[in-house]
Amino acid sequence: MKRLPAAVPPSVQQIANETAVPKEMPHLAGKPNSDFMVDVIKSLKIEYVYSNPASSFRGLHESLINYGKNTMPEFITCMHEESSVAMAHGHYKASGKPQLMLCHGTVGLMHATMAVYNAWADRVPIIMIGGNDLDAAHRPPGVPTYHSAQDIGVLVRDFSKWDDMPVSAQHFAQSFVRAYRYAMTPPYGPVLLSLDAGLQDAPVDDPHLYIPRYVASAPPHADLNALREAAKLLVAAENPVIVVDKVARTEQGMKSLVQLAELLQVPVVDQMGRMNMPNTHYLNHTASAQNLIRNADVIMGLECRDFWNTVNQWIDNGEEHGHGLREQRIKPNTKLITISSMELNTKSNFQDFQRFQVTDIGMAADAEASLPALIEAVRSAIPSDKKAAIEKRGEALKKSYQQARERQRQTAALGWDASPISTARLNAEVYNAVKNEDWSLVTSTGNTSGWSERMFKMDKHYRWLGSSGASGLGYGLPASVGAAHANKALGRFSVSIQGDGDMMYAPGALWTAAHHKIPLLFVMHNNRAYHQELMHLQRMANRYQRGATYEKTHTGTGIEDPNIDFAMLARSMGLYGEGPISDPKDLGPALRRAVERVERGEVALLDVVTQPR
Amino acid sequence: MRSLALLTIMSLLSVGALAQTPAADSTPPGNAETGKKLFVQYGCYQCHGYAAHGGAGPRLAPRPLTFAALSRYIRQPKGEMPPYTTKVLSEQQLADVYAFLRSVPEPLPVDSIPLLKSN
Repeated sequence: MKRLPAAVPPSVQQIANETAVPKEMPHLAGKPNSDFMVDVIKSLKIEYVYSNPASSFRGLHESLINYGKNTMPEFITCMHEESSVAMAHGHYKASGKPQLMLCHGTVGLMHATMAVYNAWADRVPIIMIGGNDLDAAHRPPGVPTYHSAQDIGVLVRDFSKWDDMPVSAQHFAQSFVRAYRYAMTPPYGPVLLSLDAGLQDAPVDDPHLYIPRYVASAPPHADLNALREAAKLLVAAENPVIVVDKVARTEQGMKSLVQLAELLQVPVVDQMGRMNMPNTHYLNHTASAQNLIRNADVIMGLECRDFWNTVNQWIDNGEEHGHGLREQRIKPNTKLITISSMELNTKSNFQDFQRFQVTDIGMAADAEASLPALIEAVRSAIPSDKKAAIEKRGEALKKSYQQARERQRQTAALGWDASPISTARLNAEVYNAVKNEDWSLVTSTGNTSGWSERMFKMDKHYRWLGSSGASGLGYGLPASVGAAHANKALGRFSVSIQGDGDMMYAPGALWTAAHHKIPLLFVMHNNRAYHQELMHLQRMANRYQRGATYEKTHTGTGIEDPNIDFAMLARSMGLYGEGPISDPKDLGPALRRAVERVERGEVALLDVVTQPR
Repeated sequence: MRSLALLTIMSLLSVGALAQTPAADSTPPGNAETGKKLFVQYGCYQCHGYAAHGGAGPRLAPRPLTFAALSRYIRQPKGEMPPYTTKVLSEQQLADVYAFLRSVPEPLPVDSIPLLKSN
């Protein structure tokens, strides 16, 4: 038998491709479609393109830089498409403006999918363009063919609002403006255009090309009769409760919620999908959620991701044939009201709609847009003889708010000097270090047992930007960078409490922050494990009465041996890095040093070794 | 990748701490040093923290429940707590863990902690 060589030598053609001087290319005259596409993008005042470069959009890339002069939008170099999407995600939550993400329509979009799902579940608008090379007869052989597909939209169609594949420059202009409008109509969501490489490169040949003017759609408003019925129930209630999750799309949403709560003197439970209700307000009773819900006679849920789990309880204890115990939390006659835009944009496959909950009044509408009318309806429904009772309820709520704050203070003292550092102390120290800045807590990943929400005095809409949406890890780091990018222009100080597991999905986002000079303070919540899964292992082992030792529960979940040197990782990419910090006494001084760096425009990371939760 | 963060927070905010003034009666002898190791080895720290101060689960110390009450809860818990039957944690091991919990000192007075005073 003839023996094959150990390595196939390169062909003459391959050698030429690698070493020869490229052939002189024909000099194209006129303007390519990609220049016009840049005009379309500019018409929407998109500031940034978050992108990992790819040949399938090389025409548009070149036009953005030369024709568009790399401003509005500016190209931001990302090291993974999942990071690109998450950065646009974070940017939107800080700025309220959707950004552009460019990627290879195949390999890049496949990388991006998890982040797209997060954006979908978090109802965040992102405009995505996937390059594609459709014409199989003319596309270059080899890699470009692997990077082409008939229908790239199918990759994200289950969790995006809309996608299209324009076949002419005019079609692109219409579809881009349409995509922007769909993305920005509540409920918001990501949208995708598949952009053919040939279309980008073709010369503009239509003298009648135009860019459609963007006019925002009014958000979907709740039915006025339903709002009046809801107002009557709320006014008549003895113990009403408002539960909020993603109500406040804007600062105005937060103000409206406060206005409604004060009008009724009703406690608000904030599930923190957004910064909805200031935790400095005496009507924020998140700390007493379970008792309030148990005793309520009317509960109104506003943009709640999981209203079933708000009014019911599920205990993961193996009962009910292993499914876990389900118990109703509310009294039998409690009236339930919901306003949610989530019902307006649902799809069947991915199960982000949660368990079904029957309600007495359900309004498929944008809650923020509907709040002013609800406030008026409540104002009209309050009889004069009810005002004293409402005022009295408010007085009682002021008192219980102070009591809850005191309980939290006492609880925070437990384990104060423990090493690893308690999550209460971590948050208290970080808040103390940034409280004199115009700070924005851009993410808090890895779960610090609610101490961020308890320790930071959150009084403005940008103090807290919510979580990932679908709990897909790998969001915290790049979303923080994107949010900090927006905050830089707004003069805010960005701080992120960063889980170790989340960090390692795509640490290249650190480089993007350093390269583009995006000031940001990362404080690691480094518990050296995928701790949620570690606890699940323990639960299952105990359920079967097998138990599990430390070594067993860390199998597949521990992030140790070797411990990751996050400070060194940060320094390797141009950040200021310090740590690991295990002694709580060292944390305050280290934070002061890091804050000084960020004030100077740098990116700083402190690696803090923490208690698990 | 799933997270039970919200569930954890809501539970934490509302569940009372599993600790109170201990009763002196019927507490079996245990070794606090051994108990401290078992506390980590068998995963108690995962939810309650290395100092038993609380985390995803409530605080266990200082001032733990009586041994009888703690034992009853650990063997047949009602809530999120996974059960620790005698097959998983023997009576003696539980006694050692209990000795550790009783050895945990009182926290600093909250008003002596500047960061909490100003909160």
